[in-house]
This record gives sequence, structure tokens and C-alpha cells, in this order.
Amino acid sequence: MARLTEENVRLAQEIISRYPRPRSAMIPLLHLAQEQDGYVTEDAMAHIAGLVGASPAEVYGTASFYEMFKFHPVGRYVINICGTMSCALAGAEDLMHHAEEKLGVRMGGTTDDGLITLERAECQAACTEAPCLQTNYRYSFRVTAESFDTLVDDLRAGRLADEIPPHGTVARVRQHIPADKGAGVHAPEDVKSAPAWLDGKAAL
Amino acid sequence: MSAGGTNSFAPGFYEGDRPRIVTSRFGLEDSHTLARFVATGGYEGLRRALGRPAGEVHDEVRSATVLGRGGAGFPAGTKWGLTPQEVWPRYLVVNGDESEPGTYKDRLLMERDPHQLIEGCLIACYAAGLSQCFLYIRGEMALAQERVATALNDAYAAGYVGRNILGSGFSVDIVLHWGAGAYVVGEETALIESLEGNRGMPRLKPPYFPAAIGLYGQPTIVNNVETLANLPWLMVNGAEAYTAIGTPTSPGTRMVAVSGHVKRPGVYEIVNGTTTFRDLLFGEEFCGGMRDGRTLKAFVPGGGSAPWFLPDQLDLPFEASQVGPAGSMLGSGAVMVMDDTTDIPRAALTLTRFYAHESCGKCTPCREGGTWLERILSRIVDGKGTDADLDQLMEVGQSICPGAFPHASSERLGINATPFPYRMNTICFVGPSAFAPVHSALTLFREEFDARVTRRIHIPVSAVGAAQ
Amino acid sequence: MSTTETNAGETPEVPVDPNAVSISINGRSVAARKGELIIAAADREGEYIPRFCYHPRMSSVGMCRQCLVEVEGPRGPMMVVSCMTPVADGQVVRTETEQVKRAQEGMIEMLLANHPLDCPVCDTGGECPLQDQAFSHGPGESRFVEEKRHYEKPIPISDLVFLDRERCILCDRCTRFAREVAGDPLISFTQRGNNTQVMTFPDEPFASYFSGNTVQICPVGALTAQPYRFKARPWDLEQRESTCTTCSVGCRTVVQSSRDELVRYQGVDSDPVNWGWMCDRGRFNFQSVNSEDRLGTPLMRRDGSLAATSWSVALDAVAREMRSGGAVAVLGGSRGTNEDAFMWGLLADAVGSTMRDAQMDDGLPSSVFSLPQATIDSACAAGTVVLLAPDLKEELPVLHIRLRDAATRHGLRIIEIASHDTGLTPHAWRSVRCEPGAQQDAVRSVLADAEMSAQLAGGNVVVVVGRANLAESAATTMAALDGLLSAVPAATVLPVLRRGNVRGALGLGLAPVDGNDTASVLEAAAGGKVACLVLLGADPLSDVADADLARRGIAGARFVVAVDTFLTRSAAQADVVLPAAAYGEKDGTTTNLEGRVSNVVQKITPRGTSRADWMVAAELLHLLGKDAGVATLADVQRLMSARFPAFGAAAASVEVRRNGVVVTSGGARQPAPAVSVTPRSSYDFRLVVSRKLYDLAVGTAQSPSMANLAPGAAVLVHPLDAERVGARDGANVKVSNSHSSVVLPVVSSGAVPRGTAVVPFNQPGADVRGLIRRGEPVTDVRIETV
Repeated sequence: MARLTEENVRLAQEIISRYPRPRSAMIPLLHLAQEQDGYVTEDAMAHIAGLVGASPAEVYGTASFYEMFKFHPVGRYVINICGTMSCALAGAEDLMHHAEEKLGVRMGGTTDDGLITLERAECQAACTEAPCLQTNYRYSFRVTAESFDTLVDDLRAGRLADEIPPHGTVARVRQHIPADKGAGVHAPEDVKSAPAWLDGKAAL
Repeated sequence: MSAGGTNSFAPGFYEGDRPRIVTSRFGLEDSHTLARFVATGGYEGLRRALGRPAGEVHDEVRSATVLGRGGAGFPAGTKWGLTPQEVWPRYLVVNGDESEPGTYKDRLLMERDPHQLIEGCLIACYAAGLSQCFLYIRGEMALAQERVATALNDAYAAGYVGRNILGSGFSVDIVLHWGAGAYVVGEETALIESLEGNRGMPRLKPPYFPAAIGLYGQPTIVNNVETLANLPWLMVNGAEAYTAIGTPTSPGTRMVAVSGHVKRPGVYEIVNGTTTFRDLLFGEEFCGGMRDGRTLKAFVPGGGSAPWFLPDQLDLPFEASQVGPAGSMLGSGAVMVMDDTTDIPRAALTLTRFYAHESCGKCTPCREGGTWLERILSRIVDGKGTDADLDQLMEVGQSICPGAFPHASSERLGINATPFPYRMNTICFVGPSAFAPVHSALTLFREEFDARVTRRIHIPVSAVGAAQ
Repeated sequence: MSTTETNAGETPEVPVDPNAVSISINGRSVAARKGELIIAAADREGEYIPRFCYHPRMSSVGMCRQCLVEVEGPRGPMMVVSCMTPVADGQVVRTETEQVKRAQEGMIEMLLANHPLDCPVCDTGGECPLQDQAFSHGPGESRFVEEKRHYEKPIPISDLVFLDRERCILCDRCTRFAREVAGDPLISFTQRGNNTQVMTFPDEPFASYFSGNTVQICPVGALTAQPYRFKARPWDLEQRESTCTTCSVGCRTVVQSSRDELVRYQGVDSDPVNWGWMCDRGRFNFQSVNSEDRLGTPLMRRDGSLAATSWSVALDAVAREMRSGGAVAVLGGSRGTNEDAFMWGLLADAVGSTMRDAQMDDGLPSSVFSLPQATIDSACAAGTVVLLAPDLKEELPVLHIRLRDAATRHGLRIIEIASHDTGLTPHAWRSVRCEPGAQQDAVRSVLADAEMSAQLAGGNVVVVVGRANLAESAATTMAALDGLLSAVPAATVLPVLRRGNVRGALGLGLAPVDGNDTASVLEAAAGGKVACLVLLGADPLSDVADADLARRGIAGARFVVAVDTFLTRSAAQADVVLPAAAYGEKDGTTTNLEGRVSNVVQKITPRGTSRADWMVAAELLHLLGKDAGVATLADVQRLMSARFPAFGAAAASVEVRRNGVVVTSGGARQPAPAVSVTPRSSYDFRLVVSRKLYDLAVGTAQSPSMANLAPGAAVLVHPLDAERVGARDGANVKVSNSHSSVVLPVVSSGAVPRGTAVVPFNQPGADVRGLIRRGEPVTDVRIETV
């Protein structure tokens, strides 16, 4: 239950500085909070509200719109099994039943050891490799009962720790715009004329 | 002509022996690195563009008729020209929130060739006078986010992005932004709301056409990833070479994902306008026909929102001007194939459930109607529906989309096509999309529903138990 | 005196309007203006288009889809939402076609799909737009047989408002109001799709000063107000249109009663004033009128304590004192009507009194009314507003809403000169901080600033001026105003004196004569020079900032008469207490801060034997042998017309001119002397005492729903100052100077500049007034840990 750490506040400020309006950083900052704590805490939302100049109710309003944000602790690994058409045509329902049995939880539940949360998901953009699933948003394609079991066994044995970061971390690479390389934000109140390169001459 | 195997670096992608505009590097293991990109002609298109006045670059794109690949198929060059005069700054928002059921190509373009996208963004900003670019990637695409972030960091370091690009005086930042799981954000005005830190609820068009009133109320170009990925090739090879591929109204290539009951489901870069659905589903260089020797029952030609086609429509080409009158749309380049084993009501339910689940909740017909459709359909699939429910599905659909809803013609059923598009009582297309599969399934396969329902008497319920 | 009339609904003749367009609605040709929405044009023409999310005072969102109409387009008729489609010349609109009817029925059916239909137990049943439109535009039956959405119901989202999410149709009116109008986005849509619901942040209630408006604009019974819940059914309500006199904005309202008891106030959309909005304090203080503690019978002091008596005995006693030849003083009058003030002014004249004041030493000299006057509308339409005023959100909330709207949506530039951050600070174009006593310097620095002086030179400047700090003399504000008006002579002034009818009372006979204001009256009383002190709805012991002066004054007056609705602290010290009719119990007129005269109405029978103040004055005149010949309110208004023709004419016409009539007096600027302020000594904090919306004022404290909303006494200082003092947040500190000391919890706040200490006025917990002395231009204090 935490506000953002000092290091994350620094990161948050760097992210905010890339937008003409601080509020645009709301979703990236919610990801940052979820990366920090595994889910989005109330304290973090109140903190983010202050950072982006919104009310906590607005932050919660935005956050709760998006499915990736969790407001209660979830497993270290969240497994999302796709159930939309292409996957359904390839047997996703059977896979879901198998997964529930294998993990001993219903969709939306977390295993007793707190390691895995199982969820039903909608289309994950891997429709030709159906049925597919994501573990913390990393893909497994053409999943069978056997390959699902292997995945779970590997997760339990810690064999995928390097490949799959704990829930909350999506991309492990962040964008950094070096101070001397950035073109800068262009806020509506600051820019009143056409960019210089639109002067009818070639730039190079 | 060799069919080739699936690409080992991009599972699901098949190269084939065809013109390749956006997937030319997919066969290279390190295609996502700056070194490989530059070594294979990368950023040459940008250099060419910067060597010409911006207006000329815009004209080149306009004359190439680069159709938008997000779903609507609106030409990019024309879109760039719709901004109001003398309102600055203008922004580029890249729509990488690919989520339409059946669709994936933008994910591969971001994972496999992120610099190509970056180069496309820069060309667009230069040509259309866009001051800042926001690259919005779907939240669930971890690898794409990592690849694009790395590519951007490298490109900044090398001076391809940011201040004074290639020493030309042209400066623009590309800000990587990512979503958090909401299909509707793929709709351009919802994308802008989301980018402003709000709930991703679409705005009404008009007045909120992004080109006029977009991000922060400023003129904003929203382009799809694949659309922008076309620009580097176009800059190097020219509009003439581009339009030499495909047809005059549908030039170039487009990426199409074919999923479902075919032998070789996959993503293919196909020649636009001339390739037919029959080529794609049955051609040896593409999907190679139906799996397990089954027969084709129906297919969704353009993503989950599209009305369904029957085998009757197989010979239609990837050409909007022919697919529209036939009762559907090309949409986002996603074909979902159903063979004769398919349980049609259940298949329709998977799509309707998707759109009901993904409704933003802003407008009444979609919020209430989508779920209502899903609930009725669920009951029918569970064998608990009544014949009145079938009429009710159509009635609810009427409240979402008044009037005749598009559908395909069928020789077997003796019906003629109703052309695309539909009319809608909603703000965006999510509501109609929930109805599209219901309408197609019920119109084209009514007998499968009839077999599922029982006959029951309809008892009216009073609308309002009002006081007084 | 000159009279300006502003009346919406009486459109003035305009020559040729370049923005005029002609459209056709259902075959009828309709004149409209460019930019106008179809639904607004249709409303004007009496063509009702059903709607839920549309509200004319908020931006359109086009969400409920109920207002779909058919518009002829190039490819045949198109369905468009009339709340977001502007009119265009030649446009052909149809609102009653088969297609439209079908869409309307479809929307109603869907909105009712998940609605609980618990109308018999719903407060809104009988006045519910969903219910009404289900009958007028619905399909007559529902085919929805699925399980409905279920939520816990209802849940309190603040001390005043309850939310029933099952009834909610997600129209975004409340959330839009909170965000767009009030600027308090404490409620938001949460979740998504069919699970969308309005919610607060956990543990952060919808504590907006304007929350009651969301209840009023909710098109179903999803939001209900605690003070009204289950109190009455719409068909049992009687109502009359009136003007709120809680503060001097003068919001138009309807006063609703049931069985001779006030049960609800609702805002009325008055174009020049409140646009339909009210603050919660004004909306819910009807409860105080119903209070058990109201005075219902005259009281007279016998053997040291107050005891009930008859009106004749009590009035005889008062008349006797007035006849005694000693000086008579009348303090107060701003809580009553124009007619009340006029009659008491007449009485004061009759007994030769030179001691009267409608203000409690908490306002500005009435000379501010002789400056060229602005209106709320003219301030909102100005190029620049200079705020030399208290926090309007706390004192005049609906004026805050109007200025906020002008600044956020219509390009008004606000230059704020204030001692600490206010509700308008986030919307100010420039915000200048000045410590108490330094307003003149702040004005000089504004004028010296190139950007700000250029902005002021751009013309159309309105100065909003009021008393921001009770621990500082009014002279510094007047000097600063003078400095500003010297530099910007064309500027107009909007005086923001807070009390309900202060402007009417001052203009109709209760303004100080020869500078004999409340402070000097109390000083005279303290010196035994006042024989009869009348407190006309005034409570100096609670309201005068220099508490010592108030105490000495009340104690020193030979005979004290209180005319009041409650036994206030001062009334408890009086020799005679006369029960006064309250708001809603008497007819008359009131004058708002602009000088706008509008009517107030009687809706219920006065409590006990209480009567209107003007009647008391009339009876006393009679007993004094100076009968004015008034028996009715009309008589009073006739007399008032003779003496104050503009007021009289206005009062005579307010029944038909529902937006009121602005009465202002033109005049010339009189130079105000500069005030010099001594530098700080070891008392190193300069004190600001300012008001919060909720305090111990009787109308709030006697309204159960608001009695606990006062934030409580505290001293706010900059975080670094708190650190310097060595006090943790919330710890008690001693605030002292040579006069007195008081112990208060400290709150560190970035809204307060260093060296300034802010204490809210009249709060439960501790009384800061002992530190204030009327003769000192500023109040310096020391803060120490205890």
C-alpha cells in the first residue's frame, strides 16, 4: 500500500515532461504504480492524482476503465486465456476448462500459493496461432493441454523467471529522451505558427 | 511458386513470393535493430523526404493513394489535408492499439520492424507539419513495447529522431505511449481521450473529427501503424511504383491475417485490390484450403465487426468498392474462417460477447443493447431460448442500428445483398459490431437458431411500475 | 439613481442579425441563431424533444441518444442527436417520424432495462424525467426479461447526498456538473460498459459546496438529498418562486413546502444571476427555519433572566426606552428585506438616531456603491477581472461558479490579488500574493508589470472588491482600490459584500450617518452613550471581529433590543427579544450585490407570534406617536417609492420581472487615503481571518444536515513555517499577541505564503477574535508550540 517511491516519482516526472498536459501521463503512471506494487493501490492513485493535476476520483475513473489495472493483489503471474472467435474456433473453451482444473481455481481466481491468477481474456492479436494465452502479457501460441501444463510447471519451478517479469511490469525497456536530443513538447498555448520546415524549401 | 514455411522469428507470418512493401525485413533475425535496419536501406526514405519540400512529400503520398489500414480505408494523404487552415500545433497520433478480433499485423510490424514505423512517423510529421508524435501501443503487447522503446532510444542516440534530424533542421519528438486494455480505444476519438488521461470513451463525430478537433483540441492526424509503415518504401520507390502494385483504387499491398479452420492460418502481405478471398483461403501460396478436408461454411472478411460472407462471395477481391456493395467491409485485414463443423450461434456469441464486454458504456444502445444481445444469445446457445428471442435479437439490433442492416447474398437462401454501411444510433461502431455477428448468423443460418429454441407464448410486461 | 433593466425572456429588438438562420422543424419555419443546437431551437418553439443527458447550462455529450431526430441530408434523412447538432440555414428537422419514434421508444426501453422501477418508494417518483418520458415517448411495455444489474442501495456519497446506482441511467449530468461547473471532480464514472457506475474515490466523499445541484439535475432518483429524503411527494408540494438571501448573490429559487413546513429549495435558471445553480448552504438551510429552537414569542428580562411576554408589553418597553431621550442605535438589517430595512431606517429617522449600520464591521464603506457599478454578467463578459476580494467560493459560491465559467470557457482573464490561494486561484490568469496590509503595494506591482498593465490597458476591466481579511482594516482595501481605479479609470466595480441584503439595507436607510459605523456605535455604547441599542438580526458578540469591542458595547448599552429568529449570543444579553419572521415566512423584496432588486416570498406561516421586521418598526412608530400609516407591505412599498423612487419602482415590478431589476446609483470616485502599516516586530506572523462556507452562523448551525460541516478552528501556515515553529501537522499551537492568545491545531498548507497565518472565522473549537483590535490596520501574532 504505497505511494510511488522516490525513484518512481523521478521516473513519473520524466514521463510527465514528455506531454503537453501532465494528465496525459495518467495511464503510464498507473502502469508504473502497478509495476511497483503488483497492483494499483489507493495511495498510489491519490499520489498520481497530485502528480498529474487530477482528482483521485478521476484517476480511479480512468484506471477502472482499463482491464490491465488491478485494484487488489493478484498472482505473480496472470495468465490470460483468449476466448474470442479465432481462439474459440480452435478450442479455447476446452483449454479454459483444463486450465481451471489444472490450477484448481475458477476464472478470475488466484492459486492458493499466490503464484498464478487465471483470467479469461478477449482477442490478443495472435489469431492465427490459436488458441493463445498471455502470461503477464507474454505469449504462448497454439496452446494444448500439455503445453499449458508445461507452462505452469515451468512457472512454478521458476524456470521462466528471466523471461517473464512479475505482474505489473509490462515493457522492461523504457523510453528515454536525452535532454540534448529532444525536440521538446509542443503545447497548444505555446505554438501559434506553422513549423519552420513548412516553408516550401527542402529540409536537407 | 513456393509457399514457404512460417517465419521462425515471427510465428504465424508467411513470406511467400510476392511484392513486399512493409514486411521485407521479417525474415531477418535482427530486423528490429538499428544496425540491420540501416544496413537494409532503413531511413533512406526519410532522407529522401527531407531532401524535398514538405508539400511535395505530401503530394507524393496523396498521389499514391495510401489507404488507411486501420479499418475505414480512408486515404492517408487526403486525411492529412483535412486540417483547418492556420491552426497550430498539429499532432500525429499513431494507432497501435490493434485489438479487432481476428486482426494482427501491427503487432508484427512493431515487433519485427520498429524502425520502419518510426521512419514512417517522421515522414508523416514532416509532410503534414505535425509538431509532436504520440505512438500509442496496445497495453498487452509487451514485446512490441520493448522493441519500439529500444528502437526509439537507439534512433534518438543516432540522431534520426528528436532535435535537428539528420542535420536538416526538422525536429520532432516521438513519444511512446501505451494503453491498458480497452478495445474501444482503437477508435480514434477514444484513443485521443485515452491519450489525454481519460476514460477511453469515443467523442461524437461531428464535431470531434480529430483532423479538426483532436488531441488537446488541436488538429490531429490519427494513422494506423501499417499505414505509416508504407511510407519509407513509398519515399524510396515513388508513388508510381506504389500504384503499379494492386489496382488504382486499392494500390500497394496489405497485410491480412487469416485465422480459423484453414490448413495454414497465417499473416500474409498480399497484393491489394486483385487478390481474392478464394486465392487467400484456398491458394497454395496462402492458406491452402480448409483443414481436415472440411468444407467452408462462412467467413468474416474484415475483422469481428464485419458482416459475414458465404462461399458465394469467395471470388470478391480485396477491393472496398466491391466488398461494400456485397454487404460487408474489408476492415482491418482479418479473415476468420468457419468450416461446416462450426456451431454458428456459439460462434456469433463469441463475437457479440466481445463487443458487449468492450462497450465503453457511454451511449445507451451499446451499453444496454450489447449486453442484452449477449444475454439472449447465451440463453439460446444454452438451449433455453424461445422463438420470441429470435425476433427480440433483431428488435434490439434495430435500436442500435435502425433500418436495413448489411448482409451478403445467398443463392441457397435466395436473398440479395444489402450493401454496407449500416446506419447507427450509437456514437461509434462498437454497438453495431455487437449486432453484426448476430444479424449475419441469424440471417444466413436461421435454421441453426430455430433448432435451438423452444416455442413459448410471449407475455408483455408493463414498462413502468410507476407511482400514482 | 438610475435604473438598468436586465431581463432574459424579454428579448430586446435587434436590427438585422448576421447570425440569423432559418430552419424547418416538423414543417414549421423557425428562426434560429448560428451555433445554436437543434434541441434548443426546438425548445424555444415548443417542440419538445425528449432528453436525459442534455442540459442547457453544460456542454453536450450526446450520450443518452434519447434526443435523436431526423435531419434531411444529401443522402436522405439522417438520424442525429439534436443536443450536439447545430442549426444550419435551410436545415430540415423532423422530430416525429416513424423512425424517430422508434428510436425514442428503443432508447427508453433500454434505459428501463436495468432500471429498478421502484418508483413508489423513490423520492423522484412523480417529478421524474425518466418516468414522464417513459409515458410520453416510451414503448409502453418492456421486453427485457433478464436479471437486472444490482448494486447496494443507496449509499451516502457525502453528508448531504445519497447515490442509488441501480436507478442511475449514466447520463453524466452529475459528473459533468462536478467537473465542468463546480470544478470539484469528486465523482466520476468508474468501471466500463454495462458495469459503468458513478462513484467517489474510496474514503473521499463528494464534499462539494455545490453537491445539491447534482440532485436537482439528476433525471432519475439516483441522487437524493439527505434533508429531503422521504419528506414529501411531488404532488403534495406547494411552491413559490423567490430569491435566496443566504448571501448577496441572490440566486433565484423556488421555495417548496408541504403541510406548512419548508421541505426543499430548488434553483431557478435566472440568466443574469445563478443559471439554476445554488450552493449547498443556501439550498439546505431551510432546515433552520423549521428548527425547534426558533423564537416564537417575545422575551423580556425580569430579575436578570429572559422570560416570555406579550408583544404589547415588550413593544411598550422598547418604545419607552426610545422615548427616553437617550441615543438610539440600530445595528443590522442585512438579513431582512428591503421593506424591513426601509421601515427601520424610517424609525431611526423618527427618533433622531445618527447611529445605524447594516454591516458588522466586516465589510467596506458604502461609498463603494457610488463607484461605477458592474453586474455579474458584465464581470463575466469583461476582458479582465481584478479580484481584490475574499475567496468567493467560500463566501459567494455561485458568483464563484459564474466567474469560473467565464475564465475557463469564455476567455475571461482574472488577476487575483489575495493573501493566500483561493478557489479561483487555479483559474486566475495571474495570481499575486500579498500579505495583509500590502494590497496597495500589490496593486502597484500589478501596474508595474508589463503584461498585466497591458492587459488592464486593453479595457473592459471589472474590479471585484470585498473584505478579504477581518484581521485587517477595510482602509487598506479601499486604498488599493483607489490606486487601481486611478490607473484604470474606466474600470467598473462589483462590490462583494457578503450578507444577504446588505446592499438593500445600506441603500434604504441603514447606512452609517457621518461615519458612525458599527465599530463607533459599539464604542459609544461601551462609553455609556447609547440608551437603546437595537440588534436587527445582528449578533455582534459572534460577528464583530473585535470581540472585545463587541463585548464592551453590548455590556455598556443601557437597554438592548434584539429582533431575531434565534436566541443568539447577543440576543441572550438583550433586555427585550422580539421574535422575527424568517426567510420563507414573509413577503418583500431583496437587493443583491449588483443592486438587483427581486422578490422574496412567504410560503409558510411565521413561527409562533413572530412577525416581519417592518411590522415591528411600524408598531413602534405608532407607539412613538409617529405612525407612518402602513398596514400592509404595499403601504410600505408606496412609502419607499416616495423616498427611494428607483427602489420603489423596482419593488413594484419584481412580480413580473422575475430576474429582478438592477438599481444602482452613479457617482464619482472619492480618493481614499493611503494606509501605512508598521513592520512586524517579534509577532512575526501576519494574521488573515477569513470565512469558510460552513461556520457557526445560525442558518448553518441550526440546519442538522450542515451542522457538522464546519471544518473547525485551525491555523494554516506554510509548511516551512510549520517546520520553523516546530509544530507537526495537527498539533496544537499557541497563537498570541499583546491582546490575547488562543490555542489551535496547526495545518501546514502550500496555499499560504510564508509569514502569513490564516485562521477561518467563526469556527467551532476556538475563537480567534480576541487577537483583533479594530484600530490596528493589521494583526500580527506569534505562533509557538504548546
